[in-house]
Amino acid sequence: MSKSSEKTESPAILALADGTIFHGRAIGAKGEASGEVVFNTSMSGYQEILTDPSYAFQLLTFTYPHIGNVGINDEDMESDSIKAAGLIVREFSDHYSNYRARCSLQEYLVEQNVVGISGLDTRALVLHLRENGSQMGIISSEDVTAEELVARAKALPSMEGMDLVREVTTKESYDWKQGVWDPVTGYEELTDADLDARQLIVALDFGVKYNILRLLTDSGFRVRVVPASTSAEEILAMNPAGVFLSNGPGDPSVVTYGIETVQALLGKVPMFGICLGHQILGHALGASTYKLKFGHRGGNHPVRNEISKSVEITVQNHGFATDASTLPEGVTLTHLNLNDNTVEGLEVEKMGVFSVQYHPESSPGPNDAQYLFEEFRKRVDSWAPAAREMN
Amino acid sequence: MPKRSDIKSILVIGSGPIVIGQACEFDYSGTQAVKALKEEGYRVVLVNSNPATIMTDPNLADRTYIEPITCDYVAGVIERERPDALLPTIGGQTALNVTIELEEAGVLDKFNVELIGASVEAIKTAEDRQRFKVVASKVGLESARSRICTTMEHAREAIKEIGYPFIIRPSRTLGGAGGGVVEREEDVEDKVNWGFECSPNHELLVEESLIGWKEMELEVMRDTKDNAVIICGIENIDPMGLHTGDSITVAPIQTLTDKEYQRLRDSSLRLMKEIGVDTGGSNVQFAIDPETGRQIVIEMNPRVSRSSALASKATGFPIAKIAAKLAVGYTLDELPNDITRETPASFEPSIDYVVVKIPRFTFEKFEGADTTLGTQMKSVGEAMAIGRTFTEALQKACRSLETDRTGLLGGKETKQSLEELCESISRLNPDRMYQIARCLELGMSVEDLHERTHYDLWFLREMEKVVRLESNLAGTELGAITRATLLEAKKMGSSDLRLGELLGGELLGNADENSVRAKRHELGIVPAFKVVDTCAAEFASSTPYMYSTYEETSDAEPSKKKKIIILGGGPNRIGQGLEFDYCCVHAAYSLNDAGFETIMVNCNPETVSTDYDTSDRLYFEPLTLEDVLEIVRREDPSGVIVQYGGQTPLRLAQSLKAAGVPIIGTSPDSIDLTEDRKLFSALVDKIGLKQSESGTATNEAEAVEVASRIGFPLMVRPSFVLGGRAMAIIHTTEELRGYIKESVEVSFDRPVLLDRFLSNAIEVDVDAVCDGNEVIVAGVVEHIERAGIHSGDSSFMLPSQTLSEEVIAEIQDAARSLAMECKVRGLMNVQFAVHKDGVFVIEVNPRASRSVPFVSKVTGVAWAKVAARVMTGETLEEIHALGLYGDILKFRDYPAASGQIPYVAIKESVFPFVKFQGVDTVLGPEMRSTGEVMGIDRDAAGAFIRAQVATGMELPTSGAIFFSLRDEDKDSALALAKKMAELGFEIVATRGTAAFLAENGLESRVINKVREGSPHIVDELLAGKIDIVVNTPEGTGPFLDSRTIRSTSTQLSLPLFTTIAAASSAVEGIAQVIENRAKEDQAKENRPLEVCSIQEYLSLI
Repeated sequence: MSKSSEKTESPAILALADGTIFHGRAIGAKGEASGEVVFNTSMSGYQEILTDPSYAFQLLTFTYPHIGNVGINDEDMESDSIKAAGLIVREFSDHYSNYRARCSLQEYLVEQNVVGISGLDTRALVLHLRENGSQMGIISSEDVTAEELVARAKALPSMEGMDLVREVTTKESYDWKQGVWDPVTGYEELTDADLDARQLIVALDFGVKYNILRLLTDSGFRVRVVPASTSAEEILAMNPAGVFLSNGPGDPSVVTYGIETVQALLGKVPMFGICLGHQILGHALGASTYKLKFGHRGGNHPVRNEISKSVEITVQNHGFATDASTLPEGVTLTHLNLNDNTVEGLEVEKMGVFSVQYHPESSPGPNDAQYLFEEFRKRVDSWAPAAREMN
Repeated sequence: MPKRSDIKSILVIGSGPIVIGQACEFDYSGTQAVKALKEEGYRVVLVNSNPATIMTDPNLADRTYIEPITCDYVAGVIERERPDALLPTIGGQTALNVTIELEEAGVLDKFNVELIGASVEAIKTAEDRQRFKVVASKVGLESARSRICTTMEHAREAIKEIGYPFIIRPSRTLGGAGGGVVEREEDVEDKVNWGFECSPNHELLVEESLIGWKEMELEVMRDTKDNAVIICGIENIDPMGLHTGDSITVAPIQTLTDKEYQRLRDSSLRLMKEIGVDTGGSNVQFAIDPETGRQIVIEMNPRVSRSSALASKATGFPIAKIAAKLAVGYTLDELPNDITRETPASFEPSIDYVVVKIPRFTFEKFEGADTTLGTQMKSVGEAMAIGRTFTEALQKACRSLETDRTGLLGGKETKQSLEELCESISRLNPDRMYQIARCLELGMSVEDLHERTHYDLWFLREMEKVVRLESNLAGTELGAITRATLLEAKKMGSSDLRLGELLGGELLGNADENSVRAKRHELGIVPAFKVVDTCAAEFASSTPYMYSTYEETSDAEPSKKKKIIILGGGPNRIGQGLEFDYCCVHAAYSLNDAGFETIMVNCNPETVSTDYDTSDRLYFEPLTLEDVLEIVRREDPSGVIVQYGGQTPLRLAQSLKAAGVPIIGTSPDSIDLTEDRKLFSALVDKIGLKQSESGTATNEAEAVEVASRIGFPLMVRPSFVLGGRAMAIIHTTEELRGYIKESVEVSFDRPVLLDRFLSNAIEVDVDAVCDGNEVIVAGVVEHIERAGIHSGDSSFMLPSQTLSEEVIAEIQDAARSLAMECKVRGLMNVQFAVHKDGVFVIEVNPRASRSVPFVSKVTGVAWAKVAARVMTGETLEEIHALGLYGDILKFRDYPAASGQIPYVAIKESVFPFVKFQGVDTVLGPEMRSTGEVMGIDRDAAGAFIRAQVATGMELPTSGAIFFSLRDEDKDSALALAKKMAELGFEIVATRGTAAFLAENGLESRVINKVREGSPHIVDELLAGKIDIVVNTPEGTGPFLDSRTIRSTSTQLSLPLFTTIAAASSAVEGIAQVIENRAKEDQAKENRPLEVCSIQEYLSLI
């Protein structure tokens, strides 16, 4: 599919809380969007990134200039809709070409009522964020002055202390039935009959990406997704073989209900956490988290597996990190970021819990770390007999 | 794992001469690798026959063998040097092939040499198409349906199964030689046979055609711990069907979703592991069906390549350097990212710009060559450009090519109708993209063009944006243009020159480049300069590798240091290539020694000059007035060097000077003086030197008049050319009229030059350096072919073997007077003809010449480095006193100094004729060689043999030699025919030549000319009955017979000599080999060849 559309030329402004202003062209829906201004260095996968719930309340800058080239398709979704608050690009492609595409990014933004800005010097913006740290900002295609926008950006609350999980977690529990993508047959759709005999994994939804659920299913599990507020008792009542702690947006330290739930589950069931789930597991184990200056967002971060000493090219999307110095005894640091030596993974073997800060489900990005789903499978398989023995 | 301590010395094999498909990207990768290994403390032994390379500089490797890259010679080096390990992956296909030969000959085992980087097994698996297919399918990758064939019969069966169109891919050839698409049954016979001919093992593949599919390449690196990263994905804008070296490409990949890209990535990593490339870089090529996404793996190169050089320049990640370090045991996470210095090399570059590469063709040099492109590479160079958007990068690349294009549109107005254009674009040809753009301009839809060309719609729509913008601008008054409109055009990459073509000027007619620039500056529109940092600004970078774009802010602010800008040579082409890049790199090195900040400007991704390591700051920019002036404006240098990059920067010299740019070295006025025939003639007369009678003409009538005054034969050429473009030797008035009408544009501004042609003169090239007070002659290089063959094509030697000391002294004096009179500051090249009537000045070029690297290697003085410092005001004496660049003052008395050189070096040229079927191979005043090799030995005969072998030509020591001679050569050929008969060769000749030989007492076997009927000479050639061909053609006309003889010989790789001088050298060489053999007893004959490093040779003077 391929299509070109006529360009609509109206101005837009990006105002940062520190008073920096960028002028550009309006893209997507007309209006205003506010959030934390962050940047992602992936060169492909804008559809997956925009629909990733971890980007909730963020104005997303792509460092790669051309965005929109391959349009939007029905398959590359990581949630049911765009989750990023707004889009910032250098060169928005108003036409697209790819055999799977169904519409243009512009059409999708409008459909989803998402505001964006194009045509600004995004490298200058990224350098500014790198030097001064992530900060709040507003994109507007309305008739307002830059000064007014700056004043309003200043007034926005910081991401620190913000519980965004409540905004993106599922309202109701549901069963997941989709497997992984195949280039010829698309996604594998499983039936209840396929799934009934499988072991159950309860996925605590802090803002989960679909591909995690697909990979858990592909690992041979039946997956039930539950709201972030689900209690440990409720979870254990489902008699799961393992619990998955999902990725999600915002500050982990304020997701106290999640931390409490995980604490109550420790030692009772194997757990695997990704991203926010990793940070929540860290909190539950007694470690703390801090906000990174401008976060890690991209698909090229080298992480060393400290056990095997091999290097994985990983997908990252986080603004907070677990503080290595606060890791309690008994918690093994399993993965390390080679760019800045931050914590990328931890494990408590005897509790059957482990987690990674990065995104082994990729989507978008390299698939180097998908072995972790298999690791989870092994942990689950060895847990039941081990637990019986302990009892 | 840290580096290995069990190996101490490493042999590195280079790629030899520049040929189509293997160019100076291997000097770039080789130089990086040698430096990297030295840095780790290894003893590095290098073999490379190409003297124009930086990697063969005597101070780079510990031992440098400028010897032929053949199994015998490399075995000689191995026996002598006993390296612990051999790194075969940085010298292209040449190095891989010779490594396999060494292994098969048992040399590696015998001397216990370990292969590092890739095993023979891995190389063979990647190279052998059938094995490769098996391995690929083992890791789940689809290949194109294909069958390997060794006979015509096999091929016919395969064709039945696969159907039309299909592709022929001969095994083990460079740049896809002999490959092609076959669409119809009637072409099968010819094309399949040709494919068999081209393959050294007479094997080819008949393969399913994937024409029209997307083509993608991934550059992969892997270490001993199985850590692997993708450095860059490259998308070919030209779909499948065109050799990737001839394709216009873009990085990163533009038209794949992440899911599709990750499949390619996963496939590449699995493949590299399965093939067994344990460490280093590889390139994997894929085809993707645009309708279904089906992915097919095409091939994998288990070594650094042209694409890896491009990927390195496109991302800032030094693939060859890292590959060398991985080969000695490091892992990616142990090595730092050179650009950020803080983060490790185990990452995948993220880029925040777009890179476009466009190949450079030189079909104008090969009359009669088929300009249809296909799976066999025909381009001789490439330009790369960086922009923040695709259109910006694309248009910058278009103007970087120096083909007079001012952008995607413009410069060269095509007068073709839409209908004619449709015809043109249906054929793969070098101008296809511009023709497509023109179709868009004429209103053809992108959908229609997509149908016809399979260009992806995304690219076509981006091109359409440029077309629309420029159409809207056309006719607007420059004075009335708004800032927003002009800025939009600049952001889309439109050059000032192009805008000048589009916009109306103050008076009638168009605006020009200067007025557009003035207006642009008045409106405050200037480019920003961004840094290539491997990480899209995520981390701070410490390496100022920059490109321009029209945005708000710049990175890497200029310093306040004293700085010099060096303008490079742009894309490689025939006549301007590696030799000029060598000079630019030397300028950067020596000016750095002198304490300057050095700034390089160039747009050729294959080169050492565009390595961010070479200079302090690198601008990867087109070498046009606009782009250079913006850099000068930003940097405010104390000097700009235009002498080193060949014609490219010289063409800008006057305009730069007019814009107030401080050009150092010889002034642009002096450069012009030497180009202006009349002024120059007056100058030569004034200092009392001889020159052949000459004249200039601005039209046909004038030319005929000049000819009648001077007489024939005449040498004619247009002014301001390099590499002998459109030069010719003319024998009659008729020919002269034809030449003026058809070959050149003659105008008042561009007169044609006519000289008396000095028959049978010895041509001499002199390179000299002048500091304003003193001139030192660096080398008096004697050509082997007689005057009339372009100096870039003829073989030449140093020191001279036939000129007397008096003549050399006379030449030295003449060169000195010329340098002083022309006010040269820096390098100067003079061509002389030593004729029976005396020493004649042919021409003076006050700039770096093609022979500078050769002369520097042979004399042990880095003349280009010396001259660069001279340009900044230092004297030759002062530079000599530094002791950094060799014994400069020794050459004050050149005849004495050259007399002390106890060895002889011969440069031989390498030609691309095998790629251009049907092109006449006879040499003339138009340069057509792509590269050079050097043979060095105790005497000229030995050096000649080595040079021949290095070009890939083994001279036979027995068999038959065929003569077909023009009348004037018959006398001089007699002696050598007799000599060959004495050496035991059978003499075969055409009727006329045979009769002449018989009259002079030499019997020969008579053979029919082609037109005399079978069995004729071409039959004999094809039957393998002839071993050497000496064919000197009559006049300049296309004599079908001799032309077929020459092209057949070329295709069969037979030694072919089209001048008596070259044939004589060959005969002497053959005689010496036979004599040496006779001297040596049986035991000694199995001994490896004697080899000697350049460092040892230089220690003898």
